[in-house]
Amino acid sequence: MIRRRVARGATGVAVLLIAAELAGRTGLVDTSLLPLMSTVLARAAELVADPAFLADVWGTLIVWAAGLLIAVVIAVPLGTLLGSLPRAETATRPLVEFLRPIPSVALLPLITLLIPDDSAIKMTAVVYAAAWPLLVNTMYGLRDVDPIAKETMRSFGFGRLAVLARVSLPSAAPFVLTGVRLATAVGLIVAVSAELITGGTAGVGAFMIRAGAGFRTDLVLAATLWAGVLGLVANALLLELQRRAFRWHAATSGELS
Amino acid sequence: MLDVVNLRHTYGQGPSAHHALGGIDLKVAEGELVSVVGPSGCGKSTLLRSIAGLIEPTDGHIRIRDGHVTGTPGDLAVVFQDYSRSLFPWMTVGENVALPLRRRGMGRAARRAAAAEALAEVGLPGAEAKYPWELSGGMQQRVAIARALAYRPTLLLMDEPFGSVDAQTREDLEDLVLKVRELHRMTILLITHDIDESVYVGDRVVVLTKSPARVAGELSVDLPFPRDQIATRELPAFVHLRAEVGRLVRAKEPLPPFHASQQA
Amino acid sequence: MSAATTLPPAEVTKRRARGGRLSALVTRVWLIPVVVAAWEIGTRQAASAYFPPPSQIVARAYELWFSGPAAHLFLTDDALGDFLPSLARLFGGWAVACVLGIGLGVALGRSRALAGYIDPLVEFGRAIPPPALVPLFIVIFKLGTEMQVATIVYGVIWPILINSIDGARYVDRLHMDTAEVFGMGRAQRLFRIILPAAGPKIFAGLRLSVALAVILMVLSELVGSTDGIGYQLSYTQMNFDLAGMWSVIVLLGVLGLVLNASFLAVERRVLSWHRRARQTT
Ligand SMILES: Nc1ncnc2c1ncn2[C@@H]1O[C@H](COP(=O)(O)OP(=O)(O)OP(=O)(O)O)[C@@H](O)[C@H]1O
Ligand SMILES: [Mg+2]
Repeated sequence: MIRRRVARGATGVAVLLIAAELAGRTGLVDTSLLPLMSTVLARAAELVADPAFLADVWGTLIVWAAGLLIAVVIAVPLGTLLGSLPRAETATRPLVEFLRPIPSVALLPLITLLIPDDSAIKMTAVVYAAAWPLLVNTMYGLRDVDPIAKETMRSFGFGRLAVLARVSLPSAAPFVLTGVRLATAVGLIVAVSAELITGGTAGVGAFMIRAGAGFRTDLVLAATLWAGVLGLVANALLLELQRRAFRWHAATSGELS
Repeated sequence: MLDVVNLRHTYGQGPSAHHALGGIDLKVAEGELVSVVGPSGCGKSTLLRSIAGLIEPTDGHIRIRDGHVTGTPGDLAVVFQDYSRSLFPWMTVGENVALPLRRRGMGRAARRAAAAEALAEVGLPGAEAKYPWELSGGMQQRVAIARALAYRPTLLLMDEPFGSVDAQTREDLEDLVLKVRELHRMTILLITHDIDESVYVGDRVVVLTKSPARVAGELSVDLPFPRDQIATRELPAFVHLRAEVGRLVRAKEPLPPFHASQQA
Repeated sequence: MSAATTLPPAEVTKRRARGGRLSALVTRVWLIPVVVAAWEIGTRQAASAYFPPPSQIVARAYELWFSGPAAHLFLTDDALGDFLPSLARLFGGWAVACVLGIGLGVALGRSRALAGYIDPLVEFGRAIPPPALVPLFIVIFKLGTEMQVATIVYGVIWPILINSIDGARYVDRLHMDTAEVFGMGRAQRLFRIILPAAGPKIFAGLRLSVALAVILMVLSELVGSTDGIGYQLSYTQMNFDLAGMWSVIVLLGVLGLVLNASFLAVERRVLSWHRRARQTT
């Protein structure tokens, strides 16, 4: 069963690669616009050994990871606070509802004026974008805690903080991690967007802009491939983490099967 | 009408395989109502799903009107055991009942009228605008029955159709099935775990063994028509048949007839 | 003597309900005016060029967009010239992504074999951050609407596709069996069983995609455009018109809010069965 899936998947990928190659070779698509698949793959392989490109990837990774970390440090405690105080939650909800849809990309021109440092600009945008899913999911997770479990703890004489630490936070944890996953995806999108817009010197996006300006679509596509690999790895890591940390949750919600 | 020959079905493969049907032979004549009883988990639903063409049996043949069942035969309706999941929650009760009637080439108004009539017959007049999840389990079950009856199939398969209704409604529905069969010349295969019911509605009762299911025995029910909930159940013949079916279900040797009449 | 004692009982309860609703509204939104006021005072005190007070932002927004002739619903030429192209791209790209995403998603969800061939490509495609394709689209389509729509479609399609696959794949077996037994045709199964059953999932994907569409619209217009809201943003930045820039930011927040709210309203209508069915069980 699994072997058949792998075989089919490999076939699908192979067919796409060959079709793309043939489309170029037969002149169906203009190779000056879209280079041959083999060229792109060769470039992608070369890029691994290209220190300039690796530095760009590293730059993106740093912005992305640091932005996420800062967002977690800010948004999760705030979400915990708001989520465990129902009044505060109702009061801040409209504010959250208004601030959340402002695309952080739209803040970039403003941030650029405010902050001189290139990577600080990008990081700020990533923090803004990543904070919302974290905040909202944390709040949601804390609101969703089974009241019976909380009351049981209270009836044994545990205080508010003990209930928070032993019941509320553990049961909200899966939601927080869902927030982290969403934030990771959005963070990468915003990091690359920021690199495209600010025209900075470092980052995968900046690499692509330079390559695109020189009409080197082979390099652009090769870098795109690596950006996809980056996204794949990040998502796989987080899924694995989620699975390990919350076996019980996945088992009860049937998400694993 | 329906001819099942040496039907076998195995779920899964290897060590975890489960032999659900162990060679079932069953004939149902045109217009006949056959009750099937058997212990829980023996494979009754599996038998019904095979006849409906929803699973491909591992071995054996199913013929309906001399045609081999490969896909789902036309002109067939099923009342599933899991009735609540077989109703569509995004449609109202009326739409659920009327939906299959599109295939009958009926116009919108005719479909509506037929649905309303079928719902009234099962004791749910005026429930068309409700949603299935607004009804109790027993009411949902009656909607599933109404849907099958409104369709007027030539072959009707029912899988424990009266499982979650109260005793009074259950008797009404049993009588309804008998009436509809009479009126529209349907052939019906009815699965039940209620021995009384199998005798009361059936022309014939087929008893299955524990899994892998085989036919443990068959009994012809020659009770007079029209059947009556009180009078029929009082008849010594009814009591005797009920005991016989019970014995087959419990896989005991059937006792000689005089024994039973002595007890009665 | 309060007037309420002489009112008929029905009127009293009505008034109470209205008062209750009003106070509920107040408890929900009181923070907004407080924050706006604090912001106004704070920015006036700080007098920073980068942080104009809200009153100034509103005045600038009015001047920019809403001081037009009544015949144009008071919208200025600038407003029409910026909003319309942006919204057209947004909805156009989103609509294309919906049709492609739902169509392909249902096909992949219903066919195990097809899904087997395509799954790795889908996984890879959605892992590429959509902005990473902007440089490629610029080369292929040049700067302009095509490139912008392509960016939006590519970025928005994934949540729709993934959720449609998921929804179509896990349609209750018994629903499909029932459809089969009653002899429903392919089209009927698709429109009456599969799509409604997958509806809640599909809508979840659509909701995610609306927010993404706004982001990508702005991005693609910032990168290269001669009109649109994103262009307005970079124009105000270049002219150091900070009040104008803040106006655009607020406008985008409002746009996101309105889109989300109207989307939720549609979802509530279309999926009312789902919401209510879940409440009863
Ligand atoms: N899809 C399946 N995969 C594996 N095993 C199955 C499957 N469906 C049924 N079985 C097994 O086959 C056996 C017969 O199941 P079936 O549903 O036909 O029983 P039944 O006679 O209808 O039982 P009940 O009276 O409880 O409805 C059971 O032991 C069940 O566990
Ligand atoms: Mg069964």
